[in-house]
Amino acid sequence: MTPPALALVGAWTELRERAVRILRSSTFRLALLYVLLLGVSVAILLEFIYWSTAGYMDRQIEATIQAEIRGLAEQYRQRGLTGLTAVISERVARDPVGSSVYLLVDGELHLIVGNLDRWPVELPDADGWISFHLRERGPDRSEEHEARAQVFRLRSGLRLLVGRDVRDLEAIRAVILEALGWGLAITAGLALVGGWLMSASLVRRLESINQTSREIMEGDLSRRIPLSGSGDDFDQLAASLNRMLERIEALMAGVRQVSDNIAHDLRTPLTRLRNKLELLRAELPDSGSARSLAEETISDAEEMLATFNALLRIARIESGSRRSAFGALDLVPLAEDVVELYEPVAAERDQRLTLERGGPAWILGDRDLMFQALANLVDNAIKYTPVGGRLGVQLNVADDRVRLVVTDDGPGIPSELRERVFRRFFRVDDSRSTPGSGLGLSLVLAIVQLHRATIELGDNGPGLRVVLGFESWMVRDT
Amino acid sequence: MRILLVEDDRQMADYLRKALVESGATVDQAGDGREGLLMAASGDYDVLILDRMLPGLDGLGIVRTLRASGNRTPVLFLSALGEVDDRVEGLRAGGDDYLTKPFAFSELQARVEALLRRGVSEAPETRLCVADLEMDLLKREVQRAGRPIQLQPREFRLLECLMQQAGRVVTRTMLLEQVWDYHFDPQTNVIDVHISRLRGKIDKGFEPPLLHTVRGAGYMIRAE
Repeated sequence: MTPPALALVGAWTELRERAVRILRSSTFRLALLYVLLLGVSVAILLEFIYWSTAGYMDRQIEATIQAEIRGLAEQYRQRGLTGLTAVISERVARDPVGSSVYLLVDGELHLIVGNLDRWPVELPDADGWISFHLRERGPDRSEEHEARAQVFRLRSGLRLLVGRDVRDLEAIRAVILEALGWGLAITAGLALVGGWLMSASLVRRLESINQTSREIMEGDLSRRIPLSGSGDDFDQLAASLNRMLERIEALMAGVRQVSDNIAHDLRTPLTRLRNKLELLRAELPDSGSARSLAEETISDAEEMLATFNALLRIARIESGSRRSAFGALDLVPLAEDVVELYEPVAAERDQRLTLERGGPAWILGDRDLMFQALANLVDNAIKYTPVGGRLGVQLNVADDRVRLVVTDDGPGIPSELRERVFRRFFRVDDSRSTPGSGLGLSLVLAIVQLHRATIELGDNGPGLRVVLGFESWMVRDT
Repeated sequence: MRILLVEDDRQMADYLRKALVESGATVDQAGDGREGLLMAASGDYDVLILDRMLPGLDGLGIVRTLRASGNRTPVLFLSALGEVDDRVEGLRAGGDDYLTKPFAFSELQARVEALLRRGVSEAPETRLCVADLEMDLLKREVQRAGRPIQLQPREFRLLECLMQQAGRVVTRTMLLEQVWDYHFDPQTNVIDVHISRLRGKIDKGFEPPLLHTVRGAGYMIRAE
């Protein structure tokens, strides 16, 4: 893949991971809950609005029908059945497809007068109200629509139905329903956006705390969580954490101060001792037991100093301050240099040291420290592999990872000891017959951790296989 | 050889002075940065040895001031810090070499002599000779007693480094820094193996041997 394509894939992966992280976060779930609760409340509110507006119109219709009934009842009382039928006929004639519905039938449900063709089959309720469907009352109206009416039994056994076509009401009701539906949808949408913004802001603030914590864990104790200045719960949390960090930093600085003092106090007299021994050696005759004794003492002192320096060096690297010297680093020439430097050492033991590499292997790192780490691994491989062994260094780049592998066909390290070899002064070879301080792999581990890389010890069948994994560093063309 | 030593650690300063005087140098001493700067600016020294951390004015400040006023006296920094950025910072400020405490006196001595030589030679040399061993830096060729010797590029640089300092000790650390250009701590004496390979090419079959091991210090190419 080309670098831009890789960058695109990287960006997409990052986006996806970010989305998953947000979906998993409790803040997003809270926001979702907020949307649901708000949605339900608004739905109940809208239902109430609907019920009161539609109910009002129903009551209006019923009032109109009752007013008409009062008018008809007046006619019936004054003029009897003939008066009633006359009025009904007149009203029907005046408005054949109007919204008023009348029907007067006899006991056998035969039509006497009215603008309905038959008595509705639906049964009225206790107050005589009935809802039924009207069909084809005009030339252009073929659909069914609803009507509402009140029915009576007259003294003569006749039955009267007075009602209104409520299709306008239905239409209005539909409009209201649609408006309320939209209202609900808009509310849900706004709640979702609001919830999202709220959740995004929460995630951002949590992420800033997270990011700071990660940097602190990686050794940068001077980092502090940024405050938004609003003085809210998050700010209070951040301020508490910052105070805690200050306390930890002060304690750590105290510890480091003490160990630095010890280091300084011990290193300086040791150095003086060594230097005085050198002066002493210069005074002694060139050959003789006194001279060789002085030389042995000097090398003992040097060994102590070297161990001390290595310990201090590991401590310093572990403190993480060295990352300021990081830069883009191609491991290929570095591995070539290490192999070139150690190849004659391996050759002295009749060992073959080979390098396999592909294209450039860029990482973000410290050149001298990486050289030190690889040199230590190769040095170990040479030391612990018997005469005539085969040693290899391999570099490969795949899936945004740079893998640096050092293999040998020596005795290897038993799997139960693999964790322990990184401890200071630990040595697999208990007899301590091979030279070394037992700090080599501790230093490698410190360097690997400084580079946020991984280290694995595996079986090379036979031998040891050490794999360092780094994040690949894209070099941008300028 | 006149050396100015600016070091606030009294014991260290006395020891260094004694050792430098014994190896034939005239040594002036200053205990703080201001005094050191005044002496460095007015005196005519061949090499300045400056501690990085000094009361008054630190080593970096002294070098910056000297360089700004056109003083090009070679400077060797002594430092208890020893981090790479400190080294880079020191060299960038105008220092010529950098030595981390604690160090062997032989290391300091070798580096001071290398600096002295650097101060003398202005034009880069194109030809180096030690007895019947000749190196042509332009053609990248080496011959001994008229017979050509084939060297790998790194062996060539190793020999060049030694021949530049012919007659003087070059330490293992100096070789690692100058030939391999890495600042690291080899667990075994890898340099020794490279030296013995080089020795096999330039000394084997010739008399007398030119490449000598100086015990407790390093290596030296020398005519006799």
